[in-house]
Amino acid sequence: MKAAKFDYARPRDLAEATKLLAQGNGAAKALAGGQSLGPMLNLRLARPGLLVDISRLEELKAVSDGGDHWRIGAGVTHSRLEDAAGRMPGAEMICLVAAGIAYRSVRNRGTIGGSLAHADPAADWPLALAALGATVEIAGPKGKRRVAAQALMSGAFTTALDDAELIAGVTVPKLSAKARWGYYKFCIKPGEFPEASAAVVFDSARNAARVFIGALDGPPVALSGIAVAVAASGALPGAAEIDAAVARAAPSLDAVDRRLHAAVLSRALQQAVAP
Amino acid sequence: MDAQNIAGEGIGARVRRKEDARHLRGRGSFVSDMVLPGQSEVAFLRSPVAHGRIRRVVKPKGHESAIYLRADLEGAKAIVTPLTIPGYKPSEHHPLAHEKVRFVGEPIALCVGATRAEAEDLAERIELEIDELPALVDAHAARANAEVRVHDHWSDNLFLTLNFENGFAAGSAGADIVVKREVNLSRQAMVPMEGKAVLAHWDERADQLVVHSSTQVPHIIRVGLAQFLGLGEGQIRIVSPDVGGGFGYKCVLQPEELCVAWLAIRHRRPFRYIEDRREHLVAGANARQHHYRITAYADRAGRLKAVDAEISIDGGAYSAWPFTVGLEPGQATGNLPGPYDFRGYRCKTHCVATNKPGFLPYRGVARTGVCFAMELVIDAVARAAGREPWQVRHDNLVPATAMPYDNVTRKHYDSGDYPKSLLTAKEKIGFDAWRERQKRGEADGRRIGIGFATYCEQSAHGVGVFSAWGLPMIPGYDNATVRVTPDGGLELSAGVHSHGQGMETTLAQIAHQVLGVELGKIRVVLGDTALTPFSTGTYASRSIVMAGGAVANACKTLAPRLAAIGAHLMQCAVNTVRVENGQVAGPLRAVAFRDIAEAFYMRPERLPPDVDPGGLEATVAFKPKVDTGAFSYASHAAVVAVNTALGQVEILDYVIVADCGTQVNPMVVEGQTLGGAAQGLGTALYEETPYDANGQPLASTFADYMLPGANEVPAIRIFHTQTPSPYTEYGIKGMGEGGAIAPPAVIFNAVNDALKDLGVEVSETPLTPRRLLTAIAAAEARREGTKP
Repeated sequence: MKAAKFDYARPRDLAEATKLLAQGNGAAKALAGGQSLGPMLNLRLARPGLLVDISRLEELKAVSDGGDHWRIGAGVTHSRLEDAAGRMPGAEMICLVAAGIAYRSVRNRGTIGGSLAHADPAADWPLALAALGATVEIAGPKGKRRVAAQALMSGAFTTALDDAELIAGVTVPKLSAKARWGYYKFCIKPGEFPEASAAVVFDSARNAARVFIGALDGPPVALSGIAVAVAASGALPGAAEIDAAVARAAPSLDAVDRRLHAAVLSRALQQAVAP
Repeated sequence: MDAQNIAGEGIGARVRRKEDARHLRGRGSFVSDMVLPGQSEVAFLRSPVAHGRIRRVVKPKGHESAIYLRADLEGAKAIVTPLTIPGYKPSEHHPLAHEKVRFVGEPIALCVGATRAEAEDLAERIELEIDELPALVDAHAARANAEVRVHDHWSDNLFLTLNFENGFAAGSAGADIVVKREVNLSRQAMVPMEGKAVLAHWDERADQLVVHSSTQVPHIIRVGLAQFLGLGEGQIRIVSPDVGGGFGYKCVLQPEELCVAWLAIRHRRPFRYIEDRREHLVAGANARQHHYRITAYADRAGRLKAVDAEISIDGGAYSAWPFTVGLEPGQATGNLPGPYDFRGYRCKTHCVATNKPGFLPYRGVARTGVCFAMELVIDAVARAAGREPWQVRHDNLVPATAMPYDNVTRKHYDSGDYPKSLLTAKEKIGFDAWRERQKRGEADGRRIGIGFATYCEQSAHGVGVFSAWGLPMIPGYDNATVRVTPDGGLELSAGVHSHGQGMETTLAQIAHQVLGVELGKIRVVLGDTALTPFSTGTYASRSIVMAGGAVANACKTLAPRLAAIGAHLMQCAVNTVRVENGQVAGPLRAVAFRDIAEAFYMRPERLPPDVDPGGLEATVAFKPKVDTGAFSYASHAAVVAVNTALGQVEILDYVIVADCGTQVNPMVVEGQTLGGAAQGLGTALYEETPYDANGQPLASTFADYMLPGANEVPAIRIFHTQTPSPYTEYGIKGMGEGGAIAPPAVIFNAVNDALKDLGVEVSETPLTPRRLLTAIAAAEARREGTKP
């Protein structure tokens, strides 16, 4: 279980990083925290010709207050966001989600951008950031572009990034004081990838009502019917309604998985609507 | 914990382990830590398919000399394990695949590189053509299928079938209650922290093959390598350094050991192989997979009259040397009746060959399975009788007054009070209060359940038991050497090994008990065939009884020799002196071992003329007076909260009441109990290697293979009683495996108790959310009458 041969480069800045990726012609891969890529290299499931190590790029490590939003650099580790609890008003959900990712040792190295780019369907950030209505900032040889977090993942382990592009950062709208949100995932044991997950955000001040379920075959799926209904009523929908909504949103789930996803969504909604 | 305030350092003292100092500082020495000059690393090309005929293996051009196939290993024989049980079919296990591959992960080629990565590079450049054959993945299907065979020259896929019957017809007649159940345990790996590891070189000076191997049984590996490589035993030295967990995985001769040893003989330089985690999870999924159809016959009150069982064990592809694949069915058939008193028993056990890694004896050997089956059935009988499971269990346990007790499979239970252990567990878990709370219900909607399981554990069994199974190796006498060093300290050596059991400490405590030398001056040497007397090694919860007994015997042999010299030095009669506290005490004064040793080694003019020429060193063997086993026993009790929406089980409390006779070091006993229980909880709730229809293992990394961690193991409360064995030195019983036996049974009984009102009864390990939710949904469907 040792990696196959690869070349290694450590660019000085983002521009050089995207240039190296472009030169790699699809055979280059960016390395950030390495918490997923590392094992995949060792298992020889990932076999890049060139590893572009972006883990020391200072320009990816900033967290800044943008007034109505927070901007989080792609290279910010989960543990930094976890430890920022209480110091990022309007981003309480971000801090809570960060604290629940894997184990502390993984959080110390794993990054928010790396997790988004890796696009594991069971990961926390694609789900949470979709529910928060975040925007992903992408850097490439031709400059920067922005994509809704919800649209970044196109399938399991595939994204809208092209070979030479990197995630530079994430912009997350601040939640208002009136916002209600919930985040629940069910793991066989804490720290493992979940069997089912759900994120819900209701913020009437921002006209936001988003309900997503994750840990599916592909990207997180929005349940807009439930979102609209809960935003209007402020009450928890009935079990049958939740079950039916999950079945519509993820028709390939078998009975057991549907039951589990419904139970998990129900818990996330409960957190949001609880008095 | 029981108060154990025994002062001093002898038997019963809670002294800290000698081995902790190096392990806590990361200064242990494992095979992976060892580097010899000129060492090469080995990687194996392993079979990507479960069953197939090898058509062609092509080595990459220019690298032919760094790659070895079966035909290249001249002089290395296939591992064949005979067994005298009629009908048993031995397998031929070649060190590298020969003609066929029989499980995913079977080694096909051995590749040598300067680094492991380079060796792996070579492995992936080998061209491999295999004609795939249908994979035999399910033991029932494999038993029914004589067309496709794991071993072509067999007539079917059965390693063996055992039949046992004693008093069944009489016992089962006229039973008021007849309860039938189907019980299943999934396949799993043992997952020691350190996997297989072997470093072999040729020592020119000693003219010896020296093999450093992570093994529980160094002397047996020497026997095996000599036999299968055609060397004299004297030409081989096995050194087993620090070992990161054995659990049975390392009590057999491994094909990888054979391969690496062969390389060292051929090239006369060092080669090393370190198993990685994926190799372990894929090629080491070799434990626990049993299936039971079990019927219990009882009277109206649930008092058992007879048990009937058909057991199917998925033996995998090969029979391991020396314990054979027959050990598991033998133990299952013989131990299913457990701690219970009934007189009618019939059992048929099939051990089936399939396209999976060959079955190995894992901590608890078969007893985790039989305890699971028997304890689930006891609870089912109790439900049928409308009584509390603990009551029915209690009424069926062998009473203390019946000890020693010969059970229905003619096992001889030496001592113990089984009912008392159950009653103590019931009291310690706070049974009545939990039943009250269960009736009230939980505010969060979860359901509370209380479960019990009681077992007895044969330990340190010897000649009679193993020769009845017909194994190629029968443990009998175990040896230990004790030497008084010139400064009056002790050096102990024994052929057993220690890989977490704390034997460096507990053997020293036994020597201290006899001779009184302070622990700090007692060194214990284990794990090296050149430095220790022969032993079949560490397995079957035997080492503290066997090596401990041998250490005691050797110390007792030295005591009169020390007394004779001491008396002479004091110029008093030998019958007036006592050996104690590391000295010989006479009527007026005492003389320290140091002075006695100095006289013997350096100042012989001080010795009596008739001094024993055996000197201050003795190698003495030990075997218990009755060697059918010292039976430890325990009752486990657990309270769980079951979330029926998520299929989640939380353990709210867990109590173990155990008795392993005299405890040499209660802290070591507790550590062993706790570690075993953690593994048992893994079997109960997490660990599983599922296979697809083609025999591909679906859990090849820790992303898919779940182990219990610190979050999952509750704060287990351990209580010990001490009922000495009448047959062993100091009444010690072995206890290394026990903790791993009962957890699946106790957890499932607790969950079934919690879900009784829903009509849910689970009986397949591990209890994943999916299994639990499936069972709940099935019960709902039954209630609604939507399904028959």
